[in-house]
Amino acid sequence: MTETSYSNDSISSSTQLLRQVMRRLQAGWRTIVILIPFLWLLIFFLTPFFIVAKISVAEVVIASPPFTKMIEWTDSGIMTVRLVFDNFLYILNDSLYSSTYINSLKISITSTILCLLIGYPIAYGIVRSGPLAKKLLLFAIILPFWTSFLLRVYAWMGLLADQGTINNLLISLGLIDEPIRMLYTEFAVYVGIVYTYMPFMILPLYANMEKLDGALNEAAADLGSKPTNTFFKVTLPLTMPGVIAGALLVFIPATGEYVIPDLLGGGNVNMIGRILYNEFARNVDWPVASAVAIVLLFLLVLPMAVYQHYQGKATEEQ
Amino acid sequence: MAGEPTASETPWLDQDAKPFICIKGVTKKFGEFIAVNNVDLDIYQGELFCLLGGSGCGKTTLLRMLAGFETPTSGQILIDGIDMSNVPPYERPTNMMFQSYALFPHMTVEKNVAFGLKQDKVPNDEITDRVHDILKLVELQDFKKRKPQQLSGGQRQRVALARALVKEPKLLLLDEPLAALDKKLREQTQFELANIQEQVGITFVVVTHDQEEAMTLSSRIAVMDKGQFMQTGTPTEIYEFPESRFVADFIGSANIVEGKITEDNADHVRVSTDLGEIYIDHGQSTKEGSRVWVAIRPEKVHLSKKPPSKKGPNQAEGMVDDIGYLGNTSIYKIRLKNDRIIDVTAPNQIRPKSRTHQITWEDKVYLGWDASSAMLLKK
Ligand SMILES: Nc1ncnc2c1ncn2[C@@H]1O[C@H](COP(=O)(O)OP(=O)(O)OP(=O)(O)O)[C@@H](O)[C@H]1O
Ligand SMILES: [Mg+2]
Repeated sequence: MTETSYSNDSISSSTQLLRQVMRRLQAGWRTIVILIPFLWLLIFFLTPFFIVAKISVAEVVIASPPFTKMIEWTDSGIMTVRLVFDNFLYILNDSLYSSTYINSLKISITSTILCLLIGYPIAYGIVRSGPLAKKLLLFAIILPFWTSFLLRVYAWMGLLADQGTINNLLISLGLIDEPIRMLYTEFAVYVGIVYTYMPFMILPLYANMEKLDGALNEAAADLGSKPTNTFFKVTLPLTMPGVIAGALLVFIPATGEYVIPDLLGGGNVNMIGRILYNEFARNVDWPVASAVAIVLLFLLVLPMAVYQHYQGKATEEQ
Repeated sequence: MAGEPTASETPWLDQDAKPFICIKGVTKKFGEFIAVNNVDLDIYQGELFCLLGGSGCGKTTLLRMLAGFETPTSGQILIDGIDMSNVPPYERPTNMMFQSYALFPHMTVEKNVAFGLKQDKVPNDEITDRVHDILKLVELQDFKKRKPQQLSGGQRQRVALARALVKEPKLLLLDEPLAALDKKLREQTQFELANIQEQVGITFVVVTHDQEEAMTLSSRIAVMDKGQFMQTGTPTEIYEFPESRFVADFIGSANIVEGKITEDNADHVRVSTDLGEIYIDHGQSTKEGSRVWVAIRPEKVHLSKKPPSKKGPNQAEGMVDDIGYLGNTSIYKIRLKNDRIIDVTAPNQIRPKSRTHQITWEDKVYLGWDASSAMLLKK
């Protein structure tokens, strides 16, 4: 073996080593990449969930924190676990809670449908408009996010109040003599929710429609289909993923909405978010508040599961 | 076809025949860009008309105007005598097969094909039968439950074709209908298209890149370039009597040489060119001394290693520069003394004993062609 071939050998073995190290590193990266979302979910979703779940099976006491401990050690060193399900029974038996859940669902479902009916044509219009108009319109949809949500709700209070902008305008135009009561009604809550959550409906719909091939509409027309028929047979089925995504993005936060029913509905519109807040802050009954939250979570998980199922089926088909 | 074609087979020659499609001075502009430029065309009932031309020359745009997806910037389109200006696509007696197929992704093959029939309120049993028949024709009966995403490119193309064919419209517009099919299936489908067209008497307008396809399929061809019609005629007319260098070169291949007319008689023309003197046995009313071009198809040139017995026009000599073996024929590139290259194709009639050609590289060869073979072009 000559001198040079020996050094060649050592080079090749060192490159091999390098390769192995790289491979290890790459495998390490892969683990890290998976770990990050996992940790995120663990810290910011699962842990709080378990804390809330734990509190929901405790009893209220006047102490700090204001609930009993789940695990206690007796003097003789025996561990006792206390799980109290009274809070759930209480919520399910008291008609105040069930009727509020139903009212919340009614308001959020109606708002979702309203958002869909208004948002769908808007999204369609944006997709169909020219490149410059499209940019401006999308900007206009996102623009409200740049001001505080609370500020926008207060603005609606100013608009809808008895002495507010809308009533004053209608009176000065002579269309009405007395102010129409809008603030602190269910109507105001609908206005607030539909207004606030509209972008969450429009944006996924827009993203979905943008991908739609315009030639499909032409093909349908070519085969003798009138525009309305084409809409129901081609456009709507193909935009269903956008409809579902938008509907969930509106429905889920709207169901638990607290600020809008509180500020725009006053005491007249009961939604579960207000009950939750009252139990937590005014009654200082953390266990009942937690139980209310857990029940709400399950009400919301159900449609999520349906959506997941639908999504899974759709991807399977592709 | 035996004997002279009858008038019904060549309606475009018949003064009294009423055209089925009338395109009158149609122009389409996209902004400043002119995609279709002042096109006039009559297409007759039962024709299979091919639009042939390079990419971007406006074929699809013209087809889309017939289908109603684009409105002409100026001019008028009549189908079956009716002005189409205000007729929406869904009311036109046309069906189009899209270049991009435009299959409905959420429907199965079967539903895609049935869609058009459903719009016409055809009874369900009949829909099932017709869909079944047409899927059998395009050999997709085993795929009818699949979604378009689960098909290959060629299979999708056949679904698109079936979807347009199944409605048996008065006018079928096909945009590159067979481009993605393999040779065998393409020939089969070409044959079926011709068959359907004969049986049902549908009028076809077919866009294609493939000149061989245009030649075999069509009753007439329009050669397009930059939004204009360069020439319209039967496949033979286009091939044997091109009117311009563009057409001569676009359809098939041609050796084109520039020249001057030295003699112009009623029954013959003489042109002096790089290729020597060319004698053409038909008259052409052109001024003597004017600039013209002469095109000679490679297969119309004879090749020989023996010098011709007597000197005359339509002769040249050169050296074999290159040979391309195509199996049934070979292409010879012959370099003349003035370095001009002339293409000659010759059938390989005899199986070579040794593995070389009888005429081979660097051989000195003599070229000749008949007085009827050279084509005189004025532009
Ligand atoms: N909607 C449009 N806006 C602007 N220009 C267009 C539009 N549609 C077509 N064009 C232009 O018009 C010209 C003709 O297009 P067309 O699609 O008719 O070509 P084609 O002959 O079908 O080409 P190909 O063989 O590649 O399909 C092209 O230069 C194209 O860029
Ligand atoms: Mg095209």
